[in-house]
Amino acid sequence: MNHTPAIGHSVVPKMTARNVNVFYGQKQAIKDVSIDVSRENVTAFIGPSGCGKSTFLRCLNRMNDTVDGARVEGRIDLDGADIYASGMDVVQLRARVGMVFQKPNPFPKSIYENVAYGPRLHGLARSRADMDDIVESALRRAGLWDEVKDRLSESGTAMSGGQQQRLCIARAIAVDPEVILMDEPCSALDPIATARIEELIDELRGRYAIVIVTHNMQQAARVSQKTAFFHLGTLVEYDDTSAIFTNPQQTRTKDYITGRYG
Amino acid sequence: MATLSAPEPRSAPIAERQPTDWTTGAMQGRIAARYRAERNFRRLGVLALVIAASFLAFLLFTIVRDGASGFLRTEVRLDVTFDAGTLGVDPAAVAGPNGQTVLARADYTALMLKASEQLGPANDMLSDAAWLELRDALQADPALLGKRARLWVPVRSQIDLLAKGKYDLSAPADSRGVSDREVADWKWLDSRNLLRTGFNSAFITGADSTEPELAGIGGAAIGSLLTVLVTIAIAFPLGVLSAVWLEEFAPRGRMADIIELSINNLAAVPSIIFGLLGLAFFLNFAGMPRSAPLVGGITLALMIMPVIVIASRVAIKAVPPSIRDAALGIGASPIQVVFHHVLPLSLPGIMTGTIIGIARALGETAPLLLIGMRAFVTDVPQGFTAPATVLPMQVFLWSDDVQRGFVEKTSAAIIVLLLVLITMNSLAIYLRNRFERRW
Repeated sequence: MNHTPAIGHSVVPKMTARNVNVFYGQKQAIKDVSIDVSRENVTAFIGPSGCGKSTFLRCLNRMNDTVDGARVEGRIDLDGADIYASGMDVVQLRARVGMVFQKPNPFPKSIYENVAYGPRLHGLARSRADMDDIVESALRRAGLWDEVKDRLSESGTAMSGGQQQRLCIARAIAVDPEVILMDEPCSALDPIATARIEELIDELRGRYAIVIVTHNMQQAARVSQKTAFFHLGTLVEYDDTSAIFTNPQQTRTKDYITGRYG
Repeated sequence: MATLSAPEPRSAPIAERQPTDWTTGAMQGRIAARYRAERNFRRLGVLALVIAASFLAFLLFTIVRDGASGFLRTEVRLDVTFDAGTLGVDPAAVAGPNGQTVLARADYTALMLKASEQLGPANDMLSDAAWLELRDALQADPALLGKRARLWVPVRSQIDLLAKGKYDLSAPADSRGVSDREVADWKWLDSRNLLRTGFNSAFITGADSTEPELAGIGGAAIGSLLTVLVTIAIAFPLGVLSAVWLEEFAPRGRMADIIELSINNLAAVPSIIFGLLGLAFFLNFAGMPRSAPLVGGITLALMIMPVIVIASRVAIKAVPPSIRDAALGIGASPIQVVFHHVLPLSLPGIMTGTIIGIARALGETAPLLLIGMRAFVTDVPQGFTAPATVLPMQVFLWSDDVQRGFVEKTSAAIIVLLLVLITMNSLAIYLRNRFERRW
């Protein structure tokens, strides 16, 4: 995939995190992370296992709320509104900030029902025909429509891993989110399915602010315009992807990129 | 700030060893020993299975052998003339608007006495309740009044057992359990082809009686049904909601551990303790009626609730967390996650646990003894507060009876109880296989 240059720093950030600390009980998982995420650029979080990149990602739609003993300090804003403020409705937040998980996790229901579930929850469809439109456009945008249009009533769990993951992306898209968080979306997929998802991420860029956590540095280089390197719970470096991969400012970034550890 | 450490140097190689020789005699011996151990273990497994199966087969065989005849009843043929004079009724009143009431109050004992003369020496071998057949026949068809009809009425249990060949007639009179007179009467009736042995519908529909030939399992079956309905209505919702709260919403910690421990202990409490609780609380404190399916159902519900909670928690735990993440991730509230995803997916497991719990409740006697459900109830219970007994209790009561005729009734009742339990367990297996989902 040809590399798209990052758009300059003048873009309006969709989400901003300032001085975020995350604790699991006594253990501090994230230390003082500040970062901006915009709609125009795909942002990749890279770093070795256990560096806190997934933890931080899950702070962006408050999925850490479901973990016992997790505590988040600092401020994370979506369009300037603090998502941890008491007036913020978590359910609506998660509709606005969708998520795709490491392992494809379609519901054991039909393909149609998988996609229609979110819009139905939030009352987005005014009629049955309207729902059909939402499902079709979500599946089209996820690049799955042509493969499944004749078997919408079949189970979502009967598809291949790559199709399941694209179904999960369609499910997230169907509620028309503003941000999509992807937590290592290709780690359970084969190279061909991975390439398909990466193309899809590129197609979705600009419409949704996309944040992708990945273990795979080549993947970060291929799909993202901005890259954040995490290590031991801290944000070591955050810059244009091209800058991170060709001219890292920090020794630790350089060591990681060049494969000294990982 | 942590810095990167260089890879650790390789540890020094351990002392040189000779390469393993896989063909030595000792090695071959180990392989042979392993095969032998495996063969022996399989044989032991088959042996255990054969022993278990033969116990079961023996149990079923003896019950069916003793109980099959319990579903049959011997009846004697009677030609009855429904004479208005003997019955003491006015034919005009019978034709009138209160005809049925008049017929119900008629003197059937006198009619029966007259009709039984045709049985000669065996005229007192009719069941005490044989007159009921005359009443039922006449009430079903009032036009029979003044006419002659051929009816089949039940005989005494001794004749019934003789007709079924339950006595060893070669044994001496004082040890065979039946008198010479009864044997003679049976031979007299049998030689004139006045007897027939057929399906005993009264056993299926009727309630308990002091006479074996009149006793039925229907009352106890309805009692069991009413009791189990109360049990399901209470134990299922409470058990499932408890399990949902404990698994999905309860904060983890010391309190949750204590609750979990208590539930596991509660599941192991002997059932008679629950009976004592029911006696002390529902009867003595709350003043609820004795022998009632309502109280029995509540007591059994308390007993099986821990079973349902434990089974439901296991089923809920088996729903992959990724499904919850998926639903939460597109904005489902915790309640929606539970009702849209977790409960539907865990329902087969919950149902299986519930049905097994209910099967246990159906077979339970001890707690019901204490709340008075061992009462002698001769009517089919009409409601949740009417006196009732249950199937296993009926088995217990009949097994305790001295009359010879109740032996086959006991086994027949066991057959009915086993059929109900097998049906319920099959249903549990079917539900589990039918609705089980795989990921």
